[in-house]
Amino acid sequence: MTQATLTAPAASAPGHPADARARRTARRKARLHWIAVHSLGLAAAAFFVLPFVFVFLTAVMSDNQALTRDLWPHSWQWSNFRTVWDTPGFLTWWRNTLVYAVSGTVLTVVSSLPVAYALAKFRFRGRNLVMVLVISTMMLPPQVIIIPMYLFWTKQLGMDGTLWPLIIPMAFGDAFTIFLLRQFLLTIPKEYTEAARVDGCGELRTLVTVIVPMIRPAIAAVALFQFFYCWNDYFGPQIYASSNPAAWTLSYGLESFKGAHHTNWNLTMAATVLVMAPVIVVFFFAQRAFIEGVTLTGVKG
Amino acid sequence: MSAAVHPLLRAKRRKAALRNLAFLSPWIIGFCVFFAYPLLSTVYFSFMHYNGVNPPTWTGTKNWSYVFRDYPLFWPALRNTLWLVVVMVTLRVVFGLGVGLLITKIKTGAGLFRTAFYLPYLAPPVAATMAFVFLLNPGTGPVNHILGGLGIPTPGWFTDPHWSKPALTILAVWGIGDLMVIFMAALLDVPKEQYEAAELDGAGAWARFRFVTLPNISPIVMFAVVTGVIQTMQYYTQPLVAGKVASGIIGNSGQQFEPGYPDKSTLTLPQLVYERGFQRFDYGSACVIALVLFVLAMAFTALLMRRRNGFLSAED
Repeated sequence: MTQATLTAPAASAPGHPADARARRTARRKARLHWIAVHSLGLAAAAFFVLPFVFVFLTAVMSDNQALTRDLWPHSWQWSNFRTVWDTPGFLTWWRNTLVYAVSGTVLTVVSSLPVAYALAKFRFRGRNLVMVLVISTMMLPPQVIIIPMYLFWTKQLGMDGTLWPLIIPMAFGDAFTIFLLRQFLLTIPKEYTEAARVDGCGELRTLVTVIVPMIRPAIAAVALFQFFYCWNDYFGPQIYASSNPAAWTLSYGLESFKGAHHTNWNLTMAATVLVMAPVIVVFFFAQRAFIEGVTLTGVKG
Repeated sequence: MSAAVHPLLRAKRRKAALRNLAFLSPWIIGFCVFFAYPLLSTVYFSFMHYNGVNPPTWTGTKNWSYVFRDYPLFWPALRNTLWLVVVMVTLRVVFGLGVGLLITKIKTGAGLFRTAFYLPYLAPPVAATMAFVFLLNPGTGPVNHILGGLGIPTPGWFTDPHWSKPALTILAVWGIGDLMVIFMAALLDVPKEQYEAAELDGAGAWARFRFVTLPNISPIVMFAVVTGVIQTMQYYTQPLVAGKVASGIIGNSGQQFEPGYPDKSTLTLPQLVYERGFQRFDYGSACVIALVLFVLAMAFTALLMRRRNGFLSAED
């Protein structure tokens, strides 16, 4: 019934002036819709991009101009980046961050893969309990257990002033990585693992030679997540490395720029740009894997 | 009486059990050493007086009553967290959904728009926070410069206790890329036929959103809200760095700074763990706050897992 009433106007003969007018209005409506959507998109893009632009513009201002309210640099003082780069410690922080992020990522992926595989493919008693515990630890704020952990690493093992207390635990699986990899492994049909088993493949060999090549996108995604987590981590280095500037990371050291160059926002912003840059570069190379990974966190399951 | 299990079968079972154990071993060790032991230890220390130098001594519930009754920073921090849960989480979900909707409608340059919307999410929190303290600083910041030029009042943002949380909220809404991607994927999964059917029934844009889109994506909205609440309880780096940088005191070299600058308005529970434990060496009270944090986080995690078709369901 509704269909009949709704299609009634279209019943007029083709080429009828009313029909042409209707088509014109529809086209105009579509164009207006396009304009509305894209202007809204541009406004949103301005909100997301302008902070980067202002930070960059300030980073290349001269010291004097950075003290004014100017938005555009008079002269482009590119040497600010050089100044930041040459600041004592900056290169060390850079290296520490890279060591932390790379070793943390490799350890996390290697140790989490077999756990995720067991949770996805083996049937055993207590499997659901393990899943519940994995999810609980995933949601645990790191501050909850920091006091005993700090006492353990520093008082008992004497590792104060190093990043080892942050790197070593990553060799024992990370809840978020296990969870994501397991979600992905569930989507792989049983036939693949069974075929490998029939061929006389051990489980570990099946995992390494059959499964890993199949889930490369998921591994790329969790590796990126872990890399960014380490790169951005502030709390961990603050707790364990603060007493020893030679062990600081970029995220932790960055703050001291504002202290050293108290009024000079230009150098602080130049340092900010240098800390953001690698993350953005990595993102452009691995955009697909990253967005797929984020989607996986919310949709699959 | 059941028949005895065939020895061959028993051997096979034992082998499978060993294999399971081997595959799970990284996690089992990690769970015991980096979760179960420190959690129990936290409970233990919450009843102890301990400053890291003298051996711990039993104090009963003294730490607990101190934190809840006498510690001047506890209730302001909890109130701030509540404010952030109500305002920041809501705005993040609303804007995340809005931007997700927008990106599904954009036809020209969609990839470029998506990258622009997503990029801020990746900015390292310390760098992003410092950038926003600069952008919003009342002296030379471009935002107040522009607002002033337009004749709009210029707040003190991170230096004004009434505006510091709104400023943090703007920073959090800026980094909305994760929610946008999740919502975008959910929106593209809504069956097209339902929209067509609604259109045939004469439903306008709002009615289609209200009666087709929302019911389809409501589990994702729920997911975004609950994980948002859990993240807000862990909110640490941004408010701490904002407070430090805006107050002009940089604490890296151990200088003390007024926690929660300005006027306790950016205090959150994790910062209190740091303040009690690592600045005052009152490990007992720090553990009490840690346990409050634990109970809150677990309560919301349980909420997330209780939904049978929820995203974090432990079953396949």
